[in-house]
Amino acid sequence: MIAIIDYGVGNLFSLSSSFNAIGHEVKIISNPDELKNFDRIILPGVGAFGDAAEKLFSSGMAEPLINEAKNGKPILGICVGMQLLFTKSFEFGEYDGLNLIPGEVRAIKEVIPSELKIPQIGWNALNIKNLNGIFSNSNNGEYVYFVHSYSAFCDEKFVTSTTNYGADLVASVQSENIYGVQFHPEKSGNSGLKILKAFCEVKA
Amino acid sequence: MITKRIIPCLDVRDGRVVKGVNFENLNDVNSPVELAKFYSDNGADELVFYDITASSDGRKIFTEILRETAKNVFIPLTVGGGISSVKDFERVLTCGADKVSVNTGAIKNPKLIPEAAKLYGSQCVVISADVKRVNGQFKIFARGGRDDTGIEAISWIKNCVDNGAGEVVLNSIDTDGVKKGFDLEMLKAVCEVVNVPVIASGGAGSIEDFITLFKTLPKVDAGLAASIFHFGEVSIKSLKEKMKSENIPVRL
Repeated sequence: MIAIIDYGVGNLFSLSSSFNAIGHEVKIISNPDELKNFDRIILPGVGAFGDAAEKLFSSGMAEPLINEAKNGKPILGICVGMQLLFTKSFEFGEYDGLNLIPGEVRAIKEVIPSELKIPQIGWNALNIKNLNGIFSNSNNGEYVYFVHSYSAFCDEKFVTSTTNYGADLVASVQSENIYGVQFHPEKSGNSGLKILKAFCEVKA
Repeated sequence: MITKRIIPCLDVRDGRVVKGVNFENLNDVNSPVELAKFYSDNGADELVFYDITASSDGRKIFTEILRETAKNVFIPLTVGGGISSVKDFERVLTCGADKVSVNTGAIKNPKLIPEAAKLYGSQCVVISADVKRVNGQFKIFARGGRDDTGIEAISWIKNCVDNGAGEVVLNSIDTDGVKKGFDLEMLKAVCEVVNVPVIASGGAGSIEDFITLFKTLPKVDAGLAASIFHFGEVSIKSLKEKMKSENIPVRL
C-alpha cells in the first residue's frame, strides 16, 4: 500500500482521490512509526520551502523517510515535496532539504526572461528524456499542470524531463528509487494519472 | 511553452447547475459532477464552481458536491461565491478546491486576501472582480454586480495583487451576456498593472472572440465562459483546435 505523508502542509484530498481513481489504495500518514509498513511513499508539499521543511523535520517524518529511501523504497516528491528531496533551497533565505538528491532549489526568475509572469501557472508540455520509470505510460510532449516560482537545479543525470518557460526548467528528477515531479500529477488530467500509475508500478 | 487556458464556469445553486444545459450523452445535465467530468474529458483546462446558494443548508450541499467532483475530476478547481473569511477558504479547500476566488468578501474585509495568502499561499487566492464603467470610469461592483461600490477598479485590483492575490478573474459587467466579445479595453488596463495571470470573463459569444482575445492581448492567460459552453454553442475541442491553427499555444 501507498503512504501519503501528512506533515501539516496542504490538503491531501485530491491527491488521495487521484490514486483511488487509478485503483490504488492510499493511506494518509502522520505517525512517523507507520512509514515502514508501506511499499511506496508520497511526499506532497505546497507553499514556501522553509515552512514546509520546518514542518517536515519537526513532524519527525524526515528521519524515517530518509531511512526508507535508503532501503530502496520508491518515493515520489510532488511540487514542494520534490524540492524537499534536494540538498537545500534559497527561497526566502537558505534552508536544508532532505539531501536525497544532490542539488539546489532556486528562483526561476534567475533563468527566465523578465517579462514572463511568476509563478508559472498553467499547463505546459513535458520534454521527457526516456519513456521509462514514472513516464513508462506517457508520450513525449504531454501537458501537465504547474504552479511554481522555484525550481530544482541539479546534475543533468538526475533530470528525467524538462519544461520550457522561457528557459528549460527541471520538471522531474530521479535518483534510483527517489522520484520527484515539479508539476501536480493529481491535477494534470489523464496525463497526470498515467504518471501516478507508472509510479505505483515501478519496481520496488 | 505555457498554454492559454479555457475555463468553463458552473453556477451552482442547491447542488444543481443553474441555467439549463444542452448536451447529448449526459444523463443529468444539471449535475455539477457529471458536467465537470464532461468538460474535463473534453479538454477544459480548469473549472470554476460558483456557489450562488443563499442558505446554509445549500452551502452544505455545495461542499458535498465539491468533494464528489474532486473525487472524479483531476484538473484544477477554483471555487467562488460566499467566501468571506479564512474559514470559508478552509471549508472549500478541504473538499478539494485548489484555488478560492473572492469578490464581495475582499471588498468588505480588506484583510481577507493577505490573511488567506499567508495561510494558503498566493497561488490559492484569486481575486474575482466585477467591473463596470460608470461615467467612463472602471468601478468595482459588489454582490454579484448589483452594488456600485464607487471604488476605482484598476488600482483596487492592483492593490489586491500586491496584497497577495495570485490570479485575477476580470468580469466585465458591460460585456457580460452580450456575446459580442471580451472587454479588451478593460482587460488591457488590468494587464498593464499586474504581473499575475489574468483570466478574461464576460462577453464570449463565439470561437472568434477567444481568438481575438488572445491575439490582441497576449498577456491574458485564460478565457472563462459559461453559457456558450453549457448550451453547446462552442465546443471546447473545436475552440482549441482553432486556437492551435492560429498558433495560439494550447493543450490539445
